[in-house]
Amino acid sequence: MCDYQKCKHWGGNQDYTSTRNKRKTHLCCDMAEVEDTLKRIQGYNGVIGSIVVNAEGIPIRTTLDNSTTVQYVGLLHQLTMKARSTIRDIDPQNDLTFLRIRSKKHEIMVAPDKEFLMIVIQSPTE
Amino acid sequence: MNDSEATLQKNIPLAVMPPKRPKSRVIKEKEKKNETPDEGASESAHPEHIFPLVLTSVTQELFGCRADEDVTGENPYKLLRKEDIVQDMKTRAAVSDFSPVKHIVLEYPEDELLLVFDRDFTYGQCFYLVLTVEAKDNMMKSPAQADDDEEPMKDEEEHVMEPKTPESHPWISQGSEQEIEDESLTHARPRLRYKISPLMRHCGAPVCFSDGNDGYVECSSYEDKSFSITRMERDTSIQASRDTTHSSTQTLWKYPKNMCTQYEPREFSPEEKEHHLRSENLKNFITSVAIRFERSLQQNVISDVFCDDWTVLCEDDGVPTGKTETQLKEYQSFMDLHFSREKSISHVHWHPSISGVIAVAMTERLSLEERIDNSTKLLLNPSYILFWSFTDPINPQLQLECPEDVLCFQFCPSDPNIIAGGCINGQVVLWDISAHVERLQDTRSGGDNISNNLDKDDVIPVVRYCAVSGIENGHKAPVTDIQWLPETFELSRFGIPVENSSRICVQMVTCALDCCVLFWDLRLPRAVSQSLTDVKQKSEEKPPENPHGVPNTFKHLNLTWKPFIRVSLPKIGSTGEYSPLKFSFRDNTVDYITGDKPPQDAEREEVCGFAQLRVPSAKQQKPLENISTKLYVGTEDGELVYTDWKMEKDNDSGRLFSAKPTHQFLAHHTLVNTVSRSPFFKDIILTVGSFGFAIWKEGVMSGPILMSACSKVMCTIGHWSLTRPALFFIGKKDGTIEVWDLLQNTHEPSQTQNISTASITCIRSSSSCGKHHLLAVSDRIGTLHILQIPWTLRKSSNNEKKNVRKYFEKEEERLEYFEKRQIKHEKHKKEMEAEQLKKKTEPAVPLKPDEELEAEALKEYEQFLALEKIVLKNMGLLTDTIDQSDL
Repeated sequence: MCDYQKCKHWGGNQDYTSTRNKRKTHLCCDMAEVEDTLKRIQGYNGVIGSIVVNAEGIPIRTTLDNSTTVQYVGLLHQLTMKARSTIRDIDPQNDLTFLRIRSKKHEIMVAPDKEFLMIVIQSPTE
Repeated sequence: MNDSEATLQKNIPLAVMPPKRPKSRVIKEKEKKNETPDEGASESAHPEHIFPLVLTSVTQELFGCRADEDVTGENPYKLLRKEDIVQDMKTRAAVSDFSPVKHIVLEYPEDELLLVFDRDFTYGQCFYLVLTVEAKDNMMKSPAQADDDEEPMKDEEEHVMEPKTPESHPWISQGSEQEIEDESLTHARPRLRYKISPLMRHCGAPVCFSDGNDGYVECSSYEDKSFSITRMERDTSIQASRDTTHSSTQTLWKYPKNMCTQYEPREFSPEEKEHHLRSENLKNFITSVAIRFERSLQQNVISDVFCDDWTVLCEDDGVPTGKTETQLKEYQSFMDLHFSREKSISHVHWHPSISGVIAVAMTERLSLEERIDNSTKLLLNPSYILFWSFTDPINPQLQLECPEDVLCFQFCPSDPNIIAGGCINGQVVLWDISAHVERLQDTRSGGDNISNNLDKDDVIPVVRYCAVSGIENGHKAPVTDIQWLPETFELSRFGIPVENSSRICVQMVTCALDCCVLFWDLRLPRAVSQSLTDVKQKSEEKPPENPHGVPNTFKHLNLTWKPFIRVSLPKIGSTGEYSPLKFSFRDNTVDYITGDKPPQDAEREEVCGFAQLRVPSAKQQKPLENISTKLYVGTEDGELVYTDWKMEKDNDSGRLFSAKPTHQFLAHHTLVNTVSRSPFFKDIILTVGSFGFAIWKEGVMSGPILMSACSKVMCTIGHWSLTRPALFFIGKKDGTIEVWDLLQNTHEPSQTQNISTASITCIRSSSSCGKHHLLAVSDRIGTLHILQIPWTLRKSSNNEKKNVRKYFEKEEERLEYFEKRQIKHEKHKKEMEAEQLKKKTEPAVPLKPDEELEAEALKEYEQFLALEKIVLKNMGLLTDTIDQSDL
């Protein structure tokens, strides 16, 4: 994606970060990858908002306004923990990968991780 | 046991003493008392089996017993091998540290010698060597025991007492056994034993029981007062217990409890967010998680899995089977014998807030000549606007006096007590009915207040108009349409929409047949304010006069009112102007930047202060974007004109003039009597001309998206339904109403119904009438019919709006396609013509003379003959005769 020397950002003082494959990518391009993915998800048909949260429940990046974000995060964080503990209680080898909550108006999708949590809200196309 | 104790006691001071110097002295003195005098002299000189040694650092390193490193105060023992010491002595001979103990080491029976690090220099040197095996063993063992004994010794140090195990001594009698012996019971003689048994012969014999009253002696106990025995001993048990007391307390259940907690969520600062966003973990997380999300999102986009097709299929939820009627049912009709006979109703309007009250404007059915002829009579019979209420079908509730016949009027949206109307002479009239609102509202309560109303019922209150515009300044022709501007914005002098700070309707628009559209403001312009301050002061001093009981709301405008914007409608492409009949502008809603709702309370007190309101200066006003300033105007000649009301400044003269209309469409061939916007779609407009109607979409400039066929009967009025997006009503000249449903038929009405005998003049439906959805239809003979809209005509189906929108879009596309085809067609036509032209111009070849033509023909013929000859020759058919003739 970035290819350091071939990238358009090459030249001048460019900070770089080495990726998993030990290839260097510019810091700005690095972040751009994340941004691209998030934008792609946000651009899907019917997506109302998306939120990225750290393990403690503090939002890192969101497309909704602050009060809504805080409300969603607070409630869904607890629910995700509960769901995950349920799965693990039944079978300790198992783990929660994805949680979809379908309501009359929207569908809320939650993907948990060790350190982060991502929430996407989509209203089904009618 | 004594021996081991003794040995213990012997060894304790030896093991303990080194590390505990201050205490050891004390202990040693104590021990001295108990111990055998063997141990006495251990302080000054070292015992036999101890030999203090000095070890140089070299030796220490060699043997691995560096002071404070390999051996410490806690771990002072180091076992040294005998061979190593011997070796060292051999290598270093006299220099070796071990030389003084040379012979002892050599004689030492075992292999290992104990070297003890003497931290406290008790024996004079920093190391000492234990010389006997026995002592070494003891030393190695005793540290374990010495540790245990150290603890209690440490504790009792303060008391300076030594622990002593109690020793048992034989019991020495002090004389207490005498009492015990006295108390105890001893047998004085051996116990006697008696055995009593019946005679053997009685055993087993049948027994005969009988009463035996006599022959037994009873000896019961009785109390003999002369005889008393004092108890010498008594057995009681004693239990020691504490003093018991009863006490109680009342606990106060008051402890601080959280009533409520105010908290706020934790948030990251932007730098922290940035930091997190850059982290490697987040990237990995996002890439792994994005796949799952995309799959789910895609699934949702493809189809809605949870949609219940069965329930969605059924659209009319809960239609009772009885109500299959589709006709408009007559609910009530109003006709006033005094005022509405011989008159035509020009305009009808429901009261916006009070349900069940409708206002009706009457006009005379006279042409201009007739009016001139009967002018005196008309002066004596003024025209009125009547307020009807459902509770009283005979008498109107209120009468508004008009200067002339009113052709159209409107309630002010922000204050239903203000009514503005346009007259037949071009004046604009204002009424204020705030004094009579209670009367109108009372009528709604019905029978309860009949007794109270009896007094008022006799006389119908007549409200005179508050203000009327000046005749010179207003219109010069009958005012045909009047509308209020919404309270969300107001216009400046140039027609630019600006923010309306007062949040009430203060401006209105009128149009008349004198070819102009005027904008009126309810407030006084600023320039006039200075001169009016004196007037205001005067009016404050004495109570203002109220002739005819007219409220003072608009006194400042009376007779001096003039419009602030005059929009003329010059014709496009020709001279002259359009004469508007009806107009419609976009109902623009504005999002306020401040975001707050308008202060409702503050509004109300300003109502009475219209006189105090002033037009704000142009600098204070903030222009608003997103407001469309375009007007659709229906004219007398059947055109629909699309124009902008913004004024432009003419650079030469500095005057303001209005721009030419941008578009005009000749849709109807007679006057346009209705231009009305759909309440559901802001850009769909219905226009009704005499022979049909047309539906337009704002922005589509090529023509109407729907045009009806010419109808046999003239259409007089059109009206959109307020509840169904696809429905509208058309009133006809013969008194019928057509109901058009765009989703059913577009070429004919879905139903028609005859309402009255005269032509329909106005149709209005109400949205706030409780359970009933009513349609008010007025006709030319002065009757107002109230009809009930049946369920089918007022209940919209779920997707109706969507379907209607799709239909309009389809029509729009059709128009576009039509246009494109036209263009293509024209192009094609042009090409065809060009070709034809070319063809015509091409054969202008110069005429050759006949001889040349003949010569040419001959030459061709000869060429042909030659060709024939060759061919025949080749084919072998040539005969000699032809050959010769040619030659």
